[in-house]
Amino acid sequence: MHMNFSADELAFEQKVAAFVSENLPADIKDKVDRGIELTREEVRRWMEILGQKGWAATNWDKKDGGPGFTIAEKFLAEDAIFMNGAPKMVHFGTRMVGPVLLAFGTDAQKAKYVPKILTSEEVWCQGYSEPQAGSDLAQLQCSAELDGDEYVVNGTKIWTTSAHCADRMFALVRTSKEARKQEGITCLLIDLKAPGVEIRPIITLDGKHVFNQEFFDNVRVPVSDRIGEEGDGWKIAKFLLGHERSNATYVSMNKRNLRKLKEIMADQRADGERLADDPGFVRKLADLEQDMLATTTMAMRQLAAASADKPVGAEASIMKLRVMDAYKQCHELMMEAGAYYAQPFERGHIRGEANTEWVGPDYLYRMSPDYFESRAMSIAGGSHEIQKDILAKRALGL
Amino acid sequence: MDMTFTPAEQAFRREVQAFVAENLPAPIARKVADGVEMTRDDMSTWMQILAKQGWLATNWEQKDGGPGWSTAQKHIFEEECAAAGAPDIIPFGTRMVGPVLLAFGTPEQKAKYLPGIVSGEMLWCQGYSEPGAGSDLAQLQLSAKLDGDEYVVNGTKIWTTQAHMADMIFVLARTDNSGRKQDGVTCLLIDMKAPGVTVRPIITIDGRHRFNQEFFDDVRVPVADRVGEAGDGWRIAKYLLGHERSNAAGVAGAVRMLKKLRAIAKAERAEGETLMQDQDFRRTLADVETRLEVLRMTAMRNLARASADKPVGAEASVVKLGMAEIRKDISELSMQAGAYYANPFDPKAIREGWGNQQPIGADYIFKLAPDYFEMRARSIAGGSNEIQKNIIAKRTLGL
Amino acid sequence: MDFELSEDQVLLQESVTRFVADNYSFEQRRKLVDTDQGYSDKQWSQFAELGWLGMPFAEDVGGYGGTPVETMVVLEEFGKGLVAEPYISTIVLGGGALVHGGTAAQQQELIPQVAEGNLKLALGFAERQSRYNLADVQTKAEKSGVDYVLSGMKSVVFGAPTANKFIVSARTGGAARDEGGISLFLVDADASGVSVRGYPTVDGMRAGEVTLDGVKVGADALMGAEGEGFGALETTIDYAIAATAAEAVGAMSALNDMTLEYIKTREQFGQPIGKFQVLQHRMVDMFIAHEEAKSMAMMAAMRIDDEDPNERRKAASATKVQIAKSARFVGQQAIQLHGGIGMTDEYAAGHYFKRLTMIDRSYGDGDYHLARFGAVS
Ligand SMILES: Cc1cc2nc3c(=O)[nH]c(=O)nc-3n(C[C@H](O)[C@H](O)[C@H](O)COP(=O)(O)OP(=O)(O)OC[C@H]3O[C@@H](n4cnc5c(N)ncnc54)[C@H](O)[C@@H]3O)c2cc1C
Ligand SMILES: Cc1cc2nc3c(=O)[nH]c(=O)nc-3n(C[C@H](O)[C@H](O)[C@H](O)COP(=O)(O)OP(=O)(O)OC[C@H]3O[C@@H](n4cnc5c(N)ncnc54)[C@H](O)[C@@H]3O)c2cc1C
Ligand SMILES: Cc1cc2nc3c(=O)[nH]c(=O)nc-3n(C[C@H](O)[C@H](O)[C@H](O)COP(=O)(O)OP(=O)(O)OC[C@H]3O[C@@H](n4cnc5c(N)ncnc54)[C@H](O)[C@@H]3O)c2cc1C
Repeated sequence: MHMNFSADELAFEQKVAAFVSENLPADIKDKVDRGIELTREEVRRWMEILGQKGWAATNWDKKDGGPGFTIAEKFLAEDAIFMNGAPKMVHFGTRMVGPVLLAFGTDAQKAKYVPKILTSEEVWCQGYSEPQAGSDLAQLQCSAELDGDEYVVNGTKIWTTSAHCADRMFALVRTSKEARKQEGITCLLIDLKAPGVEIRPIITLDGKHVFNQEFFDNVRVPVSDRIGEEGDGWKIAKFLLGHERSNATYVSMNKRNLRKLKEIMADQRADGERLADDPGFVRKLADLEQDMLATTTMAMRQLAAASADKPVGAEASIMKLRVMDAYKQCHELMMEAGAYYAQPFERGHIRGEANTEWVGPDYLYRMSPDYFESRAMSIAGGSHEIQKDILAKRALGL
Repeated sequence: MDMTFTPAEQAFRREVQAFVAENLPAPIARKVADGVEMTRDDMSTWMQILAKQGWLATNWEQKDGGPGWSTAQKHIFEEECAAAGAPDIIPFGTRMVGPVLLAFGTPEQKAKYLPGIVSGEMLWCQGYSEPGAGSDLAQLQLSAKLDGDEYVVNGTKIWTTQAHMADMIFVLARTDNSGRKQDGVTCLLIDMKAPGVTVRPIITIDGRHRFNQEFFDDVRVPVADRVGEAGDGWRIAKYLLGHERSNAAGVAGAVRMLKKLRAIAKAERAEGETLMQDQDFRRTLADVETRLEVLRMTAMRNLARASADKPVGAEASVVKLGMAEIRKDISELSMQAGAYYANPFDPKAIREGWGNQQPIGADYIFKLAPDYFEMRARSIAGGSNEIQKNIIAKRTLGL
Repeated sequence: MDFELSEDQVLLQESVTRFVADNYSFEQRRKLVDTDQGYSDKQWSQFAELGWLGMPFAEDVGGYGGTPVETMVVLEEFGKGLVAEPYISTIVLGGGALVHGGTAAQQQELIPQVAEGNLKLALGFAERQSRYNLADVQTKAEKSGVDYVLSGMKSVVFGAPTANKFIVSARTGGAARDEGGISLFLVDADASGVSVRGYPTVDGMRAGEVTLDGVKVGADALMGAEGEGFGALETTIDYAIAATAAEAVGAMSALNDMTLEYIKTREQFGQPIGKFQVLQHRMVDMFIAHEEAKSMAMMAAMRIDDEDPNERRKAASATKVQIAKSARFVGQQAIQLHGGIGMTDEYAAGHYFKRLTMIDRSYGDGDYHLARFGAVS
């Protein structure tokens, strides 16, 4: 039993780190650092840089066009990418649509979509949730009716992250109301530029534009853009759940946020000293850092198990719960560190549209918005309550 | 809005203080302070002292033989008793059986039992729970079959606090299995010395003897000792739940625990200073103190409502839940204050005190861990926290 | 990176598991801890035969060259049965002090006796005023010719009633709470001036107050250099933290199993109480608490022998904080989920809860180690 990465693995990490520091555009790095919303162009620029290096799909095998990293390398690559200031991005293409196409797609579909996913030329989003179908996803109603060799799609999707930056959506739609709810669901790939698609931005409580609602009004989708058979949608979504919970990303995010928190503590003053010397605050920091150490250790345990081809199972849900809790806690502390300066809020700054001076130190500006944003971590992608239900059922047999 | 007591109430407070100071026997006060187990003698001594003053059945009307106090007076009395370190009285007589008999008893039952309850000479216990019926009390199975003018009782009750000291037990028994579960439940008053009753002590994790299991083997109970009609038991039990205890004793008890904790923290050393000077400790203490203050204020609000004859609903449960948590937390902090000295365990000292033996560490330390363990029951007994929350969710929030 | 046990370690684990299954049913343990001594000499000899007593010691002093991982394996299984033999006091604390602070001669002489089961040790490091600060030592050791004279009192010395030898920290110099000036001494339990007031502890183990009243020991009783014992003591306690962390993980796992089984079978309102979502989620939180503790206990086993003392301290303190959080939650909720029966002495859950609670009262509680972790990380 040991917890060390090999010399090769560490050298690999260095290599990734070097690549990111050389190639991450300074303007993007600066915006990330200050928590300013990235534009569609910026998101795509960075994704393409990674794509050209062949690192957009860190989780893909060589035979599929990925870099064929080992599990440890994947972990280290993610870590190096984040720790060097890259934006947090939702890689729906490489993490979701890609694996699905590889597993269930036709040759034609693979040829059409996979290369552009690998280079990030095409950006994807995930259309699952609907106003009436959240935790109870099987309740979804967005309908697709067959008309010749096309589906006609009507209905709405909501909370769709980055739909406004995306070219295409991977959607779950209802093709039958007859059978069991789960069996009437089908996967479609929808072109967001198709006639009849309307995207309405939804501003989140932190003032950013993160997600959207889409309306589909007689949108025509060729049958050739259906994945699997009609009614296979639920099975495919379940397949993805296993892939989606790559919470290792958040382990690295947490590490980066912790670093930021420490910088803030070193700069903020309290009682004439640095906040970093305030025993009450240091204690909270220690508590958080201990928590993060525990989740990191757990992540390593899972990583080691996965590398040894042992089933990871329920532990993935545990990771989601604990990593997201730490994420939220860290943001809360950063906001707390700001004291009064957590209060000023000008949306233009957060969105990168203002040309006035920041009020107070510029790093403080984003702290409360980030805190508000962080609340989503226990809601999106299967809420904490749902994760616990899953664990109760799968891991404990309750 | 006014948070002060009237001059009359303040005078009453002084009267209670003076009475308790004069009459609480020193050895009993000492045992309470040391957390030593009370004997039956201790309990009845104190209860009878109160009874002689007319202050045992504090919740009773004057016409029934109680002092006929206002809500504020009851509150003050409980607060002062707890603050002075008087033991909690065994409540089952005056708080449970008494009110039930006053409401549902026959004249004969009242004549037979009320005097002993008011005088504190007859001690009672509450036989509700069974091995298979805890939170789901309606599931109870203790059977009582009519045979002439007697019920023949068979079965068992468990977790019965102070059954080993009691003369009588107030039980819920099943007289009918046919209809809705709740409709077949009947209240009986059973003499603990009746043939066929056996009491098995159950020792709790803190090493003390507080509750018991009773077995009933063809125990004959005269129909005259049935309260209400057959099948009224559930209604009567629910009536009692409505007689929610005031939170005053709880709050005052917590205040006393906190005072004790502060004294410990001033006596224990850490880093060459007192534990009280330790930043971390003080922060945790301050946290508990502010929470207690919140509960105290809520209790005051309830008191004001009750005094104005307005219904006190969920607020009382909120204080009850909060009190359970805070008392658990204070006991935990007290144990933490003991550091390594939370480890030693002397079962004899827990029951009888150190006597003339030299205490291990300091005389207050050895019981801190047992008290912490004992406090865990706060969120289980008499309707667990989960059940309390279910009830608030249902009744108050309409969920 | 590798979190798997080696083949030998798996074999060791199996043999400890078997021992616990055969000898530590709840009833067997209750009987045992209610005896005067509180543990079994026969089982202690069996530990010796199985090689567990020599496990962590180097081969050249009569041990089996085990690493902290082996200690973790043994103690995790011990935790599942709440094994009452003084393994931690003799092997981890006493033995650890010999390893980290003893002279070669002391090790050569004593470790083989420990490994054979003929010598029991106890380490006295806490005092009435010290709480968890190992440097808060008032016991004095004064030079008297070539000898030392020890006086003072050592508090809550685990395993004291049956120890043959004590290792105690005493001040040979320096001011109150200085790390410098602390020395470790070997003291025979039957030396003149040594008195032990033994007692059971809350968790059914044994400890004692050890009074040293002008106890004379020779220069060969001094462990290492005079005034430089603190480092060895601190290291030993950090190893003890790693070991008890594993024990706590074992105890939590047994307690969780027991509670899960209970809520699946206990019926109220016409269904198993495990069908109520609040209890399901609570049980999930308990499950997670155990998993986290396990991760950290593994981390401690892998990092506690780090050459960098700061890394060692960090690993020990972070682990102890985790154990404090997890054990508290698992213990308290296990009682809550059992209801009335959880409160009784005749049911196993309370005993696990008590051991877990006392582990937090040993070697520094969660608060203490959170502050220490904050200071070193
Ligand atoms: C920032 C953000 C980004 C998102 N991005 C996407 C995206 O890209 N694509 C997409 O399809 N969706 C996305 N979502 C939607 C997300 O998956 C849903 O919000 C989530 O599944 C919860 O559904 P809901 O919002 O309808 O809440 P509901 O399901 O209505 O839940 C409300 C509350 O009830 C609780 N609850 C529900 N059922 C149970 C139960 N059985 N037991 C106990 N508690 C229960 C929930 O935990 C929650 O606390 C995003 C959400 C957020 C916040
Ligand atoms: C110290 C002490 C003194 C007591 N004194 C007396 C006494 O004098 N007389 C007497 O009759 N009884 C007494 N009791 C018994 C007490 O009232 C019961 O323990 C209590 O009602 C819980 O019942 P149970 O122990 O059977 O637990 P269970 O009902 O089996 O409960 C086990 C767990 O399941 C939870 N649970 C049960 N149902 C639900 C639900 N629907 N939703 C969510 N969670 C649920 C509970 O909250 C608990 O955590 C005493 C108990 C204690 C601990
Ligand atoms: C000695 C003793 C003293 C007690 N003292 C008090 C007290 O002072 N105050 C107090 O509030 N309670 C007290 N209780 C708690 C008592 O157990 C419950 O209040 C009572 O059992 C609920 O009555 P009910 O069966 O009519 O359930 P309800 O009133 O219908 O419901 C009460 C609880 O049971 C749950 N429940 C009911 N039916 C079901 C079902 N079919 N499936 C799942 N859950 C269900 C509800 O969610 C809720 O938690 C005491 C219990 C004992 C044993």
